[in-house]
Amino acid sequence: MTETLAFLPPNEKILARRAIIVGDLSDLLGPEGIVSDAAELVPFETDGFIAVRNLPLAVALPRTTAEVSALLKYCARYDIPVVPRGAGTSLSGGAIPQNDAVVIALTRMNRILDVDFANRAAVVQAGVTNLSISEAVSADGFFYAPDPSSQLACTIGGNIGMNSGGAHCLKYGVTTNNLLGVKLVLFDGTVVELGGKYLDAGGLDLLGVVCGSEGQLGIVTEATVRLIAKPEGARPVLFGFATAESAAACVSDVIGSGVIPVAIEFMDKPAIEICEAFAHAGYPMDAGALLIIEVEGSETEMDMMLAGIIEIARRHGVMTVKESQSAMEAAAIWKGRKSAFGATGRIADYICMDGTVPLSELVAVLQGTYDICASHGLRVANVFHAGDGNMHPLILYNINDPDESAHAEAAGNEILKLCVDHGGCLTGEHGVGIEKRDLMRHQYKEADLAQQMRLRAAFDPKWIMNPSKVFPLEGRVA
Amino acid sequence: MLTPFTESDAISLVKTAARSNLTLEIRGGGTKAGLGRPVETTEILSTSELKGITAYNPAEMVMTAKSGTPLSEVVAVAAEHRQGLAFEPVNYRGIYGSDGEPTIGGTFACNLSGPRRFQAGAARDHLLGLRFVNGLGEVIQAGGRVMKNVTGLDLPKLMAGSHGTLGLMTELTFKVLPLPETSATIVLAGMDEAMATQAMAEALAMPVEVSGAAHLPESCRARFLGGALPGPGTTLLRLEGLGFSVKERATKLVAAFSKVASVSQLNHQQSASLWQEIRDVKPFHADGRERPLWKISTAPSMGHQILSALRLQTGVDGYLDWQGGLLWLRMEAAPEAELVRDLVKQAGGHATLVRAIDEDRAAIPAFQPETPAVAALSGRIREKFDPAGMFNPGRMQNAR
Repeated sequence: MTETLAFLPPNEKILARRAIIVGDLSDLLGPEGIVSDAAELVPFETDGFIAVRNLPLAVALPRTTAEVSALLKYCARYDIPVVPRGAGTSLSGGAIPQNDAVVIALTRMNRILDVDFANRAAVVQAGVTNLSISEAVSADGFFYAPDPSSQLACTIGGNIGMNSGGAHCLKYGVTTNNLLGVKLVLFDGTVVELGGKYLDAGGLDLLGVVCGSEGQLGIVTEATVRLIAKPEGARPVLFGFATAESAAACVSDVIGSGVIPVAIEFMDKPAIEICEAFAHAGYPMDAGALLIIEVEGSETEMDMMLAGIIEIARRHGVMTVKESQSAMEAAAIWKGRKSAFGATGRIADYICMDGTVPLSELVAVLQGTYDICASHGLRVANVFHAGDGNMHPLILYNINDPDESAHAEAAGNEILKLCVDHGGCLTGEHGVGIEKRDLMRHQYKEADLAQQMRLRAAFDPKWIMNPSKVFPLEGRVA
Repeated sequence: MLTPFTESDAISLVKTAARSNLTLEIRGGGTKAGLGRPVETTEILSTSELKGITAYNPAEMVMTAKSGTPLSEVVAVAAEHRQGLAFEPVNYRGIYGSDGEPTIGGTFACNLSGPRRFQAGAARDHLLGLRFVNGLGEVIQAGGRVMKNVTGLDLPKLMAGSHGTLGLMTELTFKVLPLPETSATIVLAGMDEAMATQAMAEALAMPVEVSGAAHLPESCRARFLGGALPGPGTTLLRLEGLGFSVKERATKLVAAFSKVASVSQLNHQQSASLWQEIRDVKPFHADGRERPLWKISTAPSMGHQILSALRLQTGVDGYLDWQGGLLWLRMEAAPEAELVRDLVKQAGGHATLVRAIDEDRAAIPAFQPETPAVAALSGRIREKFDPAGMFNPGRMQNAR
């Protein structure tokens, strides 16, 4: 899409030594552990943020922490940039390589090492997929809470890198709140263990800083995550409102009532139309905005909680209330929401924004989003986590039309600035990556950014870990 | 005592201190000054005049307050809207016999959390953003006032629990969540610690959202709730939430455990008092003898094993919180640091020497010693925030 999203210029000396480097890496991992053939590198040239593509120097597929350590030690010695990668589902370009970088992909480290119900923890390798953790413990009545939309594919290592969220984090928190420990390989190959099957790692909270550091502080090879007992049941209810304002006011009052549902999802009219056409979920087509509110508990508890929530919705003039009467109906309600990105992708290319705003600003920012997109002649659909103010405007455009692509990017940037100006932030769960890097100065003052960069440099003084991401390329400090 | 009234005052003071090579002990209410290695500085900097709640919109469940704001004020104002700090901030005045008023800054700087920790998260999980003055005299803004934020590095996590060693917090933004409508505690009497640990794990595996799980051995059971709890040995399971939920879930817990223990129930009032006593370590409050107090965080299945092992070797009393993963230990005489730390090292976790006489505090690291690699990394981080080592030097005992 864009040439404004520049990467650091490749180091010509590294490019010139490519054959030697590939040979050395093969010595470390064995030839089957290294991908260097141009055609085989193509799947690694981008991630879920498909607007930018770069072929890496090579891809390494380690099987053990020791191999990751050996790789990093080697790369640090020769100042070779390293880009960690899980399943490559990043929506902000966090895993997109640069031409002189070695991609270290953790997908072969995909074993669940230990499930410990007495201590409600699981120890997994970084390449384990998010969903497979819940699957492994489900029969025993447990689950792993963070549930990003890509949970079928995305890895726990990537989730830690981006501090991923999901629809249900309103109640259960995001990755950082569910992470007990990691095994981390530092830029020079040093292996450290932070935390474990206990709460509150002692000393400075390095675990808290590593989570969400977008692969810049080291490579996580193992994680200890918190398991939670599955609720007895869960039930989503669909609420159709005439306007976004009344839906948003209802969200505020539900939260104000002291009941925090598991999820409060919001869809605007364009999103309702797109999702209904795709999923036939029975969404009310006359509604201007729709909420999916999910509660958990026993049948009686859910009845009682929903009665309270429905009463609040009625005070806000709800037009349609559709309670799921069966597991199938519940699945249908979620199917529409969960397929929102896919359904949108069928009718147009889109970019998905991820700003978060205070709840009181939701309506104003939504209106601002419409105005911005209209001024660029673009359509926009909004599906988002209303309970925590994490907005996901989907800006529709044609990726093959350079003019429209430029407008889409400009509109996206304006929307994110709008979020910041309303007291919010650039990204709630997708990460800064390459996509929002150059907007960082809109959210942070120079001193704020410099302090973050110095912290980064304490972990990686050579700036070789995922170096083109997160921090603007100019003005970097060590 | 240096007492800034505004953030600008604080900046000037820090800059002056940096120019004159002064060191500063940062003090909020001073109620937890006994925690960590004793700090000897050229000046004390008090946050007592950096006070007041600066923003609070209950519908957003977020509050912003200056660092020296009394914790009691935060709690009272939030309570007017039936909200509160879900991590149950602790009150260590009893432990230290200190007076003064705990502040919101000190609460987050120490990252200390109460019995709900395993369900609701630690203090650090509730800190959304902050402003602080670093060792260069720069104001740094980190995080924000929204619930979800992955924009850049998570500095609030690092600042929480840094015991004032990285900078001077001036303003904090944190979650205030709905207070539970009611609560109840299921009391299981007559279990030993191993049985109790198993029972707590079983309760946490049930879909009833237990929000407190503690075991009080017979040795200290009578010092809670005025001796009203049944023994020998009391295991406690707390439920919180809407009235009908608590009632229904209590019935399930009673049914699950009535075969293995004698089961009774505490009402909301009794439950609230009891968990406050557990939170504030009531049985081991200062009594003029300053006997050593350890706080151990380990895997829930290991807490009781550490306690049993210690009992065989030394005079000790203790109880379990956090499903068995938080072990409070009061030693009869010496801190027995080597013994305690060896056991904790084997079990996995960390031991904090919370209270000891000054001589022991100077000689024994208050926090679990780190591996050389982690200690080196932490040292590099400190230099990036406070190059001259001005703030609370040595409090976290890391070599500089």
